[in-house]
Amino acid sequence: MINTIIWLVAMPLSGALATLLLKRYATAIAIGTGIATSISAAILLYAVATEGVMLYEIGGWSAGLGIALRADGLSALLSMMTAIVLLASSIYASAYFKENSVRSRFWPLWLLLWCSLNALLLSGDLFNLYVTLELLGLSAVALASLGGKTAALQAALRYLLVGLLGSMLFLAGVTLVYAGYGTLDLAALSREVTAGPIAWTALTLMTVGLLLKTALFPLHFWLPPAHASAPAPVSAVLSALVVKATFYLLMRLWLDIFSDVVTPIAANLLGILGAAAVLWGSWQALRAERLKLLAAYSTVAQLGYLFLFFPLLAALPAGPARDAAMGGLVILALTHGLAKSGLFLAIGVIQQRSGHDTIRDLDGTAQRLPATTFAIALSGIALIGLPPSGAFLGKWQLLAASFSSGQWLWVVVIMIGTLLAAAYTFRVLGHAFGKQPYPRRPVSIATEEWPALILTAFATIGLGLAGAPVWQLLKVSL
Amino acid sequence: MLTAHWLYGISACLIMIFGLRAALLHDSLLLRIIALNIMGTGVFMMLITIAYRGPDAAPDPIPHALVLTGIVVAVSATALALTLLRRLTEEQDND
Repeated sequence: MINTIIWLVAMPLSGALATLLLKRYATAIAIGTGIATSISAAILLYAVATEGVMLYEIGGWSAGLGIALRADGLSALLSMMTAIVLLASSIYASAYFKENSVRSRFWPLWLLLWCSLNALLLSGDLFNLYVTLELLGLSAVALASLGGKTAALQAALRYLLVGLLGSMLFLAGVTLVYAGYGTLDLAALSREVTAGPIAWTALTLMTVGLLLKTALFPLHFWLPPAHASAPAPVSAVLSALVVKATFYLLMRLWLDIFSDVVTPIAANLLGILGAAAVLWGSWQALRAERLKLLAAYSTVAQLGYLFLFFPLLAALPAGPARDAAMGGLVILALTHGLAKSGLFLAIGVIQQRSGHDTIRDLDGTAQRLPATTFAIALSGIALIGLPPSGAFLGKWQLLAASFSSGQWLWVVVIMIGTLLAAAYTFRVLGHAFGKQPYPRRPVSIATEEWPALILTAFATIGLGLAGAPVWQLLKVSL
Repeated sequence: MLTAHWLYGISACLIMIFGLRAALLHDSLLLRIIALNIMGTGVFMMLITIAYRGPDAAPDPIPHALVLTGIVVAVSATALALTLLRRLTEEQDND
């Protein structure tokens, strides 16, 4: 099998340069690059599933001095989700940006974001991860500022400063790790890290930095303005992928490399913050007046669910129960990624067609844009966690793990969060229906409406009915 | 015994903490950008300090390489922050 790891980084990077040089063909180049990168991601996923962990050493320099890229089940799955979300959003973006001046600034940054996401997911050492975190942060901020209005600039600048603070704390932790263990290679570290003051301090610094970037309550303050004021395709990717990338790093650190260092109290603290995020985020989503703000607060809540898994995974001994819960965590993250990006794209369609996204004034949207309203309903199914969505499987595992480890508190939180999610979904749908007659053709604007439909259908039907390979793939680990 | 090595290490931590404190407490965005740079200097100084391997051995080159990369990243990030801040000030003046 050909090793496609390097393609996943090299293709979007060369695409970014090409769109910068050949502005006239930027959209065509970007879509072409997107298709090629997605095919590479699929080949990589297949290779990892059939042959196990893939490794690539750039320029032949071995890890330690050179840069090693690695793909296991988790990173291959996440880079596949990245590809699906980014490709669908690229198609949407080609119709979304009408002005050429914005478009020519958009594509290079967009592909650079794709490149840094893949590099982050596939990096095998801590310092390289720091660099990719910064690249991701810079391209995300630049994209978020494309709105150009005062509010967007303000939100983007705050996003940048929070991101910089987060990466500085992460780098301080990386420095301590190197001082303590003399290596930054993830595989070597997971063998060598032992509990002690250095490991605790390093993990604390890196965790606080990453929690800031992942927007876990109460460090979420920057997320709603930044995600709600960015252009729709950018919001989709910020909410679905960028916060997930830093969450992926937290997973690697807490559940793998530093798993012997993590104490139950620390894991419970993350769980409690996650619970607070579920309740606060869902409540704010219910109270939001604008659709985009609703979607952004719902991201705060959905990220909270992911953190509920940490105390459970810390309590479960290695074995089938823990593997099942781990799969639940990943499928919940994947479902949210697809559903939330679809939701933001659908909101973008409504915003452009109606000129606003005020929930109270949605009257008749279901008749004017039936396919888009359907996409919102599908994403609602995934956000609530109804069957057959992937989130149903994820929440099922979450509840099963809570019962089997006797941590009842999380069950209450999950129930309240689910009810609130149902409430904010039905609030939107309730306002969307009017008394006008339905049009003959449900999809009126193909390039704008199909991406949201495909993403949300993938989340609600695809992942729910064909989610089993996720558990298989997670067995392939570093 | 307080050797030069420790003096560097402790100063690095102090610079980091001062930068962090200023970044969290100040309202002015420009001051925050400067504070984050000061904090970064602390982290870089710590990286330089851990490269020390005793008076007779050559310093470890890897942390030095990391600092160089880190500086490049910090410069680019600061440039972006300053550009955004200038555009923001212009927009606010227009309003």
